[in-house]
Amino acid sequence: MKFTFSWLKDHLDTEKSVDEIATTLSAIGLEVEGIEDPAKSLGAFKIARIVEAKKHPNADKLQVVQVEVAKGEPLMEVVCGAPNARPGMVSVFAPLGTYIPGSKITLEKKPVRGVVSNGMMCSAAELELSEESDGILDLPAEWADNVGARYIDAVGLNDPVIEVKLTPNRPDCTGVRGIARDLAAAGMGKLKPEPKLGAVEGKAECPIDIKLDFTKDTANACPVFAGRLVKGVKNGPSPAWMQARLKAAGLRPINALVDVTNYISLDRGRPLHVYDAAKLKGAVRARLGKAGEKFLGLDDKEHAVDDTMCVIADDSGPLGLGGIMGGEPSGSTETTTDVFIESAYFDPLRTAATGRKVGLQTDARYRFERGVDPASVRPGLDLATDMILKFCGGEPTKSKIAGKEPIENRVISFDFARIEKLSGVKLSNDEISHTLNALGFTIDGTPNAAKVTVPTWRPDVHGAADLVEEVVRIAGLDRIPATPLPRADGIARAVLTEKQKRARRGRRLLAARGFVEAVTWSFIPKEEAIHFGGGAPALDLGNPISVEMSSMRPGLLPGLLTAVTRNRNRGIADVALFELGQAYRGERPEDQYASAAGVRAGTAHLTGAGRHWDGNADPVGVFDVKADVFAALSALGLDPSKAQITRDAPAWYHPGRSAALKLGPKTVLAYFGEIHPATLKALDVEAPVSAFEIFLDALPPEKKKSRAKPPLAASDLLPLTRDLAFIVPKDVAAGDVVKAAANADKALIRSVNVFDVFEGGSLAAEGKKSIAIEITIQPATETLTDQAIETITKKIVTDVKKATGGDLRS
Amino acid sequence: MSTSDVLSELETSLLAEIAGSGDLASLDTVRVSALGKKGRVSELMSKLGSLPPEERKTFGQTVNTLKSKVSDALDARKAVLETAALDERLKTERADVTLPVRLGPVAEGRIHPVSQVLDEVVEIFADMGFSVAEGPDIETDEMNFDKLNIPAEHPARQDHDTFYFSPKADGSRLLLRTHTSPVQIRTMVSQKPPIRIIAPGRVYRMDSDQTHTPMFHQVEGLVIDESTHMGHLKWVLQEFCKAFFEVDEVKMRFRASHFPFTEPSMEVDIGAEAIGKPGQWLEILGCGMVHPNVLRNCGLDPEKYQGFAFGVGLDRLTMLKYGIPDLRSFFSGDLKWLSHYGFSMLDVPTLGGGLST
Repeated sequence: MKFTFSWLKDHLDTEKSVDEIATTLSAIGLEVEGIEDPAKSLGAFKIARIVEAKKHPNADKLQVVQVEVAKGEPLMEVVCGAPNARPGMVSVFAPLGTYIPGSKITLEKKPVRGVVSNGMMCSAAELELSEESDGILDLPAEWADNVGARYIDAVGLNDPVIEVKLTPNRPDCTGVRGIARDLAAAGMGKLKPEPKLGAVEGKAECPIDIKLDFTKDTANACPVFAGRLVKGVKNGPSPAWMQARLKAAGLRPINALVDVTNYISLDRGRPLHVYDAAKLKGAVRARLGKAGEKFLGLDDKEHAVDDTMCVIADDSGPLGLGGIMGGEPSGSTETTTDVFIESAYFDPLRTAATGRKVGLQTDARYRFERGVDPASVRPGLDLATDMILKFCGGEPTKSKIAGKEPIENRVISFDFARIEKLSGVKLSNDEISHTLNALGFTIDGTPNAAKVTVPTWRPDVHGAADLVEEVVRIAGLDRIPATPLPRADGIARAVLTEKQKRARRGRRLLAARGFVEAVTWSFIPKEEAIHFGGGAPALDLGNPISVEMSSMRPGLLPGLLTAVTRNRNRGIADVALFELGQAYRGERPEDQYASAAGVRAGTAHLTGAGRHWDGNADPVGVFDVKADVFAALSALGLDPSKAQITRDAPAWYHPGRSAALKLGPKTVLAYFGEIHPATLKALDVEAPVSAFEIFLDALPPEKKKSRAKPPLAASDLLPLTRDLAFIVPKDVAAGDVVKAAANADKALIRSVNVFDVFEGGSLAAEGKKSIAIEITIQPATETLTDQAIETITKKIVTDVKKATGGDLRS
Repeated sequence: MSTSDVLSELETSLLAEIAGSGDLASLDTVRVSALGKKGRVSELMSKLGSLPPEERKTFGQTVNTLKSKVSDALDARKAVLETAALDERLKTERADVTLPVRLGPVAEGRIHPVSQVLDEVVEIFADMGFSVAEGPDIETDEMNFDKLNIPAEHPARQDHDTFYFSPKADGSRLLLRTHTSPVQIRTMVSQKPPIRIIAPGRVYRMDSDQTHTPMFHQVEGLVIDESTHMGHLKWVLQEFCKAFFEVDEVKMRFRASHFPFTEPSMEVDIGAEAIGKPGQWLEILGCGMVHPNVLRNCGLDPEKYQGFAFGVGLDRLTMLKYGIPDLRSFFSGDLKWLSHYGFSMLDVPTLGGGLST
């Protein structure tokens, strides 16, 4: 919403400056987006007259002119390159030091080809008044009387343009008068009374019939339609002041009849339409459209209508869309002599829906979909008639009206005390009443049981809270005292849930293992989603921003692998990235799950990547990520050795170098392993990648233990170690050997460590391998005798044999 | 030669031999020749028995003195020779200490700026008694709009540029939440006041340009009880801004505004002094008193309960505080960017130690 300062002053009697007005507008909820003040950009430019012009001594295309820049002062010598500069010409002069907006320079005193220029004669383009720059401004000769005056004053440009960004609840402020009313309430001046209109109501009946053709259910589409015919008008350009204001507001002046409707729309938030009565056939009716109907709009485009849209039609068919756009054939032109003025009310919801459907954003729609003041139907018609009579002459008929304004007379029960309760600011009853009255509310009853009637132009005000807002925003939000929120006694308590704490801890644990945290998109390409077990139609966006962001991610790995590729394309191959976030198994809330996933690409090991004098890093592998998973789970309070390792990781992992970590057959805690070469190929990843996914929601809650740690079971007796090597069939899992050994004597065996695995040589030929373990035995109460140690060792050998078929290597 | 002359000569000769030993082996040879069982000093002692009783005492004392002198000299020489031998060995043990080392994983790893800033925000609000509420990204029209007093044809609904999923058989369609307000709704429906929560999370809008991404992060706050008013809201936001930007004073400007879910509503600007750019105002958040219709929609009586809500862009807060220029880089997974703008895992924000240490 754009308007000029002088326009505002038509409605607001004020001595305040533009800046004061702007500050207040923003504070009371009418956010000022910008002020264009010509006095600031063009204030230095003056009307001047060229007295003498001579060829520049050193340049063919330049002239040296003597310029009268102020009455009775010495002439100024100026170098001028304009071909049209001539003696006696009245133009615009910029003194030294002036910033020229069109050429973005500040004038300095320096010679031009040896002649010092004391300023500049300016073109329209240099003042950013137009695109033209064939020469300096050529002003009418009689303006010579204005020499020395500011250009903006002489041409009436000295009118700052204010642009306000309206919130959708304020249709009343889509007109300048509504804005003036708010400002007056906020102490920025007095709202001027409505202007007196001339004799707008004619004697003859309006010959054009107005009909509302709706059923009971659809009658609210256009509950009231008023019109009046003005005969014998002489259409032409509207007055210069009106054209200037329309231009300032961003509209193109058309002709007086059309400009009047546009002007009242901006001035009062009251859209109107004018028809060339000669082009109307029969009665004008508001009705719903019919399938197959169409009309040529004022935008010169054909628009199809349907039976959800409110159209204005005559006997020939639809003329335009009610509340949105009129039609080209029935519109008013320079040749119009009889004009039919429409002032109606269109339902906000239907107007909005229709506007969206046909894709038309117009000033009329903007107002009707927010809710035009229903009481403005008749005054709007009269105001338009008055202006048309003034600008174009003619003879008005009586007005004609069909239907009735949908005026609600909303009354709100209001206790003034509510203001302090909700806002915390104490205001006097007088101030409250005064503010509400200034905004057009009327108050009956006492302050603690008031009946407040809402003005017709405020469809947004429904309850006590709305009244509090009205009073408080006008009083000034800065008057609300900041009040400490009461806090619980004592020191603040911890607030995070177990899951939130785990997410925090997991995130920092992974960063401590050298991973860099990424945040990747929740939506990914559909084919990637399918590749990673997702891509269900229910998780496809209906209106994605691109195919790259079209399907909700089934897990975090696609995004991380894409990031690996992107980094590789930027020359970084060894990356360790993780993400901790949500992914989607389905569309229900319970299908969303929290995951922590990481990728190690290239040689990005825990200990470092790439080549190093101390040893070069190999490509990453399954054991890098197994370590990540185990470290993460133990940091999250879970003993990973208690979980089962199975070989059924999903298809995007290498079938032989991956695993699932489970608690019981169903609860999957994590997957880890090398990424399947086919997956890497599908996602264009060149380097080898190992990855893991931890399912945070699957982790069992930590058992509530006492905060005190259990006593340290430390023995003074020295632990001793025994090394045993077993020859086992090739497919025996080392974990089974370890488990059998560890369980041979749970009381005394403290740990079992695999220190060597050998699969080569003659063993390979036999389909066997050697696994060497180091067993640490911790005596509890007394030093073990050689015989006792021998007994334990024998039991280990027997148990391993039983569990795996392995024999002690001889 | 008197006995004492003999002893004196022996002493001179032994001390000279000790001093003359060039290494530990020759020194040991001297030790054996002097103090060994058949050494020269030991032999003197064996003469003791053949002396007259009146001489024995004196002789014994003299020999013992000699013995301890020789023994001390041996120890002293041994220490000298050992030091020399060690020095000799150390001369050969020389590392090129200019060779580069790896700093290890803790130095390499990073926390994403948004995660870090969320931790900061949680610290601040936890101190004021707010807990952290979460909810799903995939929501219904009802939770994202209807219950928030945004009816289907409301112009505000169009402003949100919502991502929708394909319609189901019954015509209904799910959407990606456009704000974390559905979490507020879920909280009010499931908990009795008093309520103090913040609701952080991902939100989605169909926007993509220099300053907008189709996914971004929000933190909303909600307080519901029987007496919390706009003055409390102002205080909470002021205290939050001071704590978050870690300055003693933040200039704030409250402007009346409109949101369907709050009444009255305000927009809040902060003076850019807080981030070292004086003279500008930065729009940072929207807030207001929870609209009576929203309370009603959640089964709360607006005559009894009231409170405030606010919403702020987490990415924007991050950019402002840490001088990060481009929102789009947040989600690019670009290692250079993440390493540069990310945080060490050791930078754990606390109120005691400072949010940004």
